[in-house]
Amino acid sequence: MSAILEVVGLHKSFGPVEALRGADLQLQTGEVLAIVGDNGAGKSTLIKHISGVYKPDAGQILLAGEPLDLSSPREARERGVETVYQDLALADDLSIGANIFLGREPMRRLFGFLPYVDDRTIRRETAELLRRIRSEIPTAARTVARLSGGQRQAVAIARAIYWQAKVVLLDEPTAALAVMERERVIHHARDLAAHGVGVIYIGHNLTEILQVADRIVVMFRGRTVHVTAAGDTNQETLIKYMTGYTDSAKAA
Amino acid sequence: MHSWLRRLPIETYVIVFTVALWIVLSLATPNFLTENNISNIMRQTSIAAIIAIGVMCTIVIAGIDLSVGSVAAFCGVAFAQLCGYGLDLLPAAALTLVAGLGVGMINAVAIGRLGIPAFIVTLAGLQVYRGLALLLAGGMTVGGLPPEVKDFARGTTGLPNLFWAMIAVGIAVHYVLRFTRTGRYMYAMGSNAEAARRQGINTFRITAIAYLMSSGLAALAGLLLVSRLSIASPSMANAYELQAIAAAVVGGASLFGGRGSVLGTVCGAVLFTTMANAAVLLGIDPFWEMVLVGLLIALVVYLDNMQKRRQAGV
Repeated sequence: MSAILEVVGLHKSFGPVEALRGADLQLQTGEVLAIVGDNGAGKSTLIKHISGVYKPDAGQILLAGEPLDLSSPREARERGVETVYQDLALADDLSIGANIFLGREPMRRLFGFLPYVDDRTIRRETAELLRRIRSEIPTAARTVARLSGGQRQAVAIARAIYWQAKVVLLDEPTAALAVMERERVIHHARDLAAHGVGVIYIGHNLTEILQVADRIVVMFRGRTVHVTAAGDTNQETLIKYMTGYTDSAKAA
Repeated sequence: MHSWLRRLPIETYVIVFTVALWIVLSLATPNFLTENNISNIMRQTSIAAIIAIGVMCTIVIAGIDLSVGSVAAFCGVAFAQLCGYGLDLLPAAALTLVAGLGVGMINAVAIGRLGIPAFIVTLAGLQVYRGLALLLAGGMTVGGLPPEVKDFARGTTGLPNLFWAMIAVGIAVHYVLRFTRTGRYMYAMGSNAEAARRQGINTFRITAIAYLMSSGLAALAGLLLVSRLSIASPSMANAYELQAIAAAVVGGASLFGGRGSVLGTVCGAVLFTTMANAAVLLGIDPFWEMVLVGLLIALVVYLDNMQKRRQAGV
């Protein structure tokens, strides 16, 4: 077992509110780990620590065994932790390719001195990337404004694959999607894991979670209270843990 | 409409409409298709287009620059006064351009660092630089410029020099927007500033470049205007900012940012200059010309929105 990401005893308070009171998790390479919990259980607070938005009051985050001491989301990205946000962070007026390469464009020089963005390479690499993730998006030159919600998720996920993210955080990626598109995002999440990425998947829909996840972590009032393989559990058990109706001893 | 017609960029309509107007004017008036009138339109278009190209850059990043008319007047007057103090033309012109870039930097800091809305910052600038132009000129026009000044605008090198100036500016800005990272980040920022930031783009740098381009080109236009008028008037270039915004928008720029092109903006400038010329040649009341231009802007933006909505539905 090789844990790519490890969270140990994370505590965080906002004034009198204790948002995290001891959160632990281990994420393996190539697995989808789902985090479930009721509203206010601390899911997003935990995620925002991993993506560099918050700094913990106590506890530690390790990336491939090294302390991940982040001061900004940008630093997280540089270390290989990519977050696919609900609002997607794509520029609508740019093409799919321009979005995937945004901030890291390959350059060429005309006549040896005049630099220009190498759009031919961007298009070629993007087309190949879209094929690789088996997306049905027809062309890399299309602007993102013309894509559906699911296709946008695919672009954001493709970006993470291309830039070889080690950990990808998917924060309620299907929240605003139609049923057909949910299937596709689930497929892309599995695909990320198949590429050896550690995927953390936050969601509300337990049917979906049981379908996508290898393992599931349940959070309750700022603590991680239960960890299970997706195959060893069911919706009722998960709901019991989410509502604090049981404890690990009873379940075992 | 056929689907391929719907997908044509908005520039196409503007070009078709402008060319149609040219044909009508050639047939309806004896004076339109004369060398004199054509080169006059070219000169007039050039200065308007140079200003509009700069403003378009700020529109692309979802900003705006209302100060360009005043900056052009201020820089034109400053240039004339510097020449009056006995400075040579080139150093005077260089200093003037530096002053223009200084204005751009002030705008960029106020907008990008202090977080004041671009509309407010540049509206303030519209007042301030017009006032400074009047102060600097003592409320009068500044004349007595060396003959070389007006020779430039009068002169031709195959085509009017002013037209070549516009071509040079157009190619340079087109290169920046379409082929450099900076240009790409301008569109990205105008499209979704937060996304740009998350991808590690230095948004202040991009803001600064856009406003430096806008003010710098306004300063250049000020110089060219002085050359064309052979005097510097503190009240010149009045309301040019609105004309510039109209040209950019008619040429496909979106006031919400993320869209806009040099070619479209130049087409817009040509269209408005042609309309002004038509009004003169056809003896149309200039008040009616203003009404027609206003209606045209509304029509073009409506068509563009309709087209975008259709595309989104595809």
